[in-house]
Amino acid sequence: MIKAGLALLGLLALAALAAPLGGWWLGHDAFAPDLFNRFASPSAEHPLGTDDLGRDVLLRLLHGARVSLAVGLAAALAATIIGTVVGLLAAWRGGWLDAVLMRLADGILALPALPLLVILAALDPAIIGLPRGEATADMVRIAGLLAAFGWVGVARLVRASALSLLARDFVRAARALGVSERRVLMRHVLPSLAAPIAIATSLAVGGAVLAESVLSFLGLGIAPPAPSWGNMLANAQELVFQAPLAALWPGLAIMLTVLACNLLADGISRSRR
Amino acid sequence: MTRLILSRLAQIAVMTVILSLCAFLLIGLMPGDPIEMAIAGDPRLTSEDAARLRALHGLDQPLMARYLAWAGAVLEGNFGHSRLFAQPVAQLLWPALLSSLELLALAIGIAILVGVGLGALAAARPRLAPFVQGVALVAQATPSFWLGILLIILFAVQLGWLPAGGADSGWRFLVLPVATLAFANLAAYARHSTTALRAALEDPHIRTARAKGASEARVLARHALPNAAVPLLTIAALDAGAMVSGALITETVFARPGMGKLIYDAVMGSDFNLALLALLLVAVVTMLATLAADLAQRWLDPRIA
Repeated sequence: MIKAGLALLGLLALAALAAPLGGWWLGHDAFAPDLFNRFASPSAEHPLGTDDLGRDVLLRLLHGARVSLAVGLAAALAATIIGTVVGLLAAWRGGWLDAVLMRLADGILALPALPLLVILAALDPAIIGLPRGEATADMVRIAGLLAAFGWVGVARLVRASALSLLARDFVRAARALGVSERRVLMRHVLPSLAAPIAIATSLAVGGAVLAESVLSFLGLGIAPPAPSWGNMLANAQELVFQAPLAALWPGLAIMLTVLACNLLADGISRSRR
Repeated sequence: MTRLILSRLAQIAVMTVILSLCAFLLIGLMPGDPIEMAIAGDPRLTSEDAARLRALHGLDQPLMARYLAWAGAVLEGNFGHSRLFAQPVAQLLWPALLSSLELLALAIGIAILVGVGLGALAAARPRLAPFVQGVALVAQATPSFWLGILLIILFAVQLGWLPAGGADSGWRFLVLPVATLAFANLAAYARHSTTALRAALEDPHIRTARAKGASEARVLARHALPNAAVPLLTIAALDAGAMVSGALITETVFARPGMGKLIYDAVMGSDFNLALLALLLVAVVTMLATLAADLAQRWLDPRIA
C-alpha cells in the first residue's frame, strides 16, 4: 500500500513538473484561447480534446496539477508544523495549557468546516494587504485558510502518541540521566513521532487537495484563468450539455490524488502494527 | 449524566459565542458595505444621505458595540431582515434547515445501511474483504461534487430519467443528491463496521451462540451487530461536521434550497446578517448532533466513562 501510494503520488508530481514540457511537446499554450477549435474531440494534436475556449484539456490538467498539488502540499506542511508543535506542547506541559488547546481543537473539529471556509474565503484579501485576483496570492490565501483548520487533526494525533511516549521507560531513563527537557523532546520523543506525523501529513495533503477543489469549484478559491482542478470542474458543470466529458478528467485527478494519500497513510499505519 | 449534559451544553454555548464573535468581526471585512451598495444602486443618494443611513443602522458605531447590539437582538429572537431575499431571516432559515435535515437523514440512513452491509459481507466472507476495502477506498477519495456532476450528466442529461436539481420537493428531486451524499459517507461505515464486526465475532458469546446452533446470519445480525453499534455511533459523532459540510456542497451542485445553498448565496450576495445567522444555526445543530451521538453511545455502552 505504501508503494502504491508513493508511486501514484510520484506520477502526479511528475505530471505537475512536466506541464511546461507538455506545452512544448504539443506545441500549444495552456492559457491562450483558440476560438476556432472549441470543444474539439480527442486527437493526436489534443489528446483529451479542447475546452469551451479551445484550450487543450490535457495541458490545463497538467497545469492544474501544479496549482492543486502546490496548494495541497503547502497547506498540509503548514498544518503539520503547527499541529506537531501544538500536540507536543500539550502532551509535554499538560495541565491547563493541554486542556485549553484540546478544548479548542475539539471545538474546531465539532464545527462544520465548509460553511466557515466559504465565508472566510469570501473575505476581501485587499483588507489584509494581499493583492486581489492574482494566482499566487490566491494560492497562499487558500493554503493558509486550509492550514488554519488542518492543524487540529495533526495536533490530536501527535498529542496522543506523545503522551504514551513520554510515559515510556526510555524517556524516563533519559530524564534520570539528567538530559535537558529540550533534548528529551527533540532527540527522544520527536523521532519516535515520525510515523504518526507521516500519517497525519499524508491525510492532510489529501484533505487539503479536496478542500481546495471544493472552494475553487464554488468560485472562492483559485480564480480562472489560472487552472485548478476545482475551477475546471466548475467550468465543466456549466457545459454538461456541450462537453459532458470535460467533467471526467479533473475529478479523476482529484480522486487519484486523494486515493494516493489515503493509501500511503493506511500503509504506514498498517506497517506499524 | 445530567452534569455531563449540562457541561457539554455550556461548552456548546461558549463555542457559539466565540464563533459568532469571530465571524462577526471577520464578516465586517467582507466586500460590499451595505450602504456603499445602496449608493451604487441609487446614484441620487448623496454623502449626507449615506451618513444618515449609517447612523440609522448603527453602522457608524465601533465593531464591538455593533456586535453587542446584534447579539442582544438575536437573543431576543429578532433575527433581522435579509437584504438579498427581502424577507425576514427567520422565515428563510427554517425551511432551509428542514430541507437540509431531510437530505442528511436520508443520506446517513442509506450510508449506514449500505456501509454496514458491506462491512458484514467483509467480516462474514473474508474472501470478499479486499473488494469491500477497494469500494471504501474509492468512496472515500471521490469528491462528492464531482460524483454529483457525473450523476447529473448520466441520469439527467444523457438518459433524462431524473431532474438535474431544483427546488421541487418530490422524491425524484431527492434521488441524485441523496445518492451522492450517501456514497460520500459510506466509506467510514464500511471500514469501521468491518473492524468492529470482526472483533465482535471473536467474542466468547458468539461461540456460545454458534454452539447453540444459531444460524450464521442470526449470529451476525443479533449477536455481533449490537456490539459493533457503539463504534459506529462514535464515527457518526465524529463525522457530524464533515457530513454537514458534504450536504452543503451537494446542495450547491443540485441547486437544492437548503442551508448550504443559503449560506453560499448569502456570501455571494454579500448578505452579511443572513450568512452569519445561517452559519451559527448550522454550527449549533452540528454540535447538538455530536452531543446526541455521544449520549446515545454512553447509553448503549455504560462502560464508557
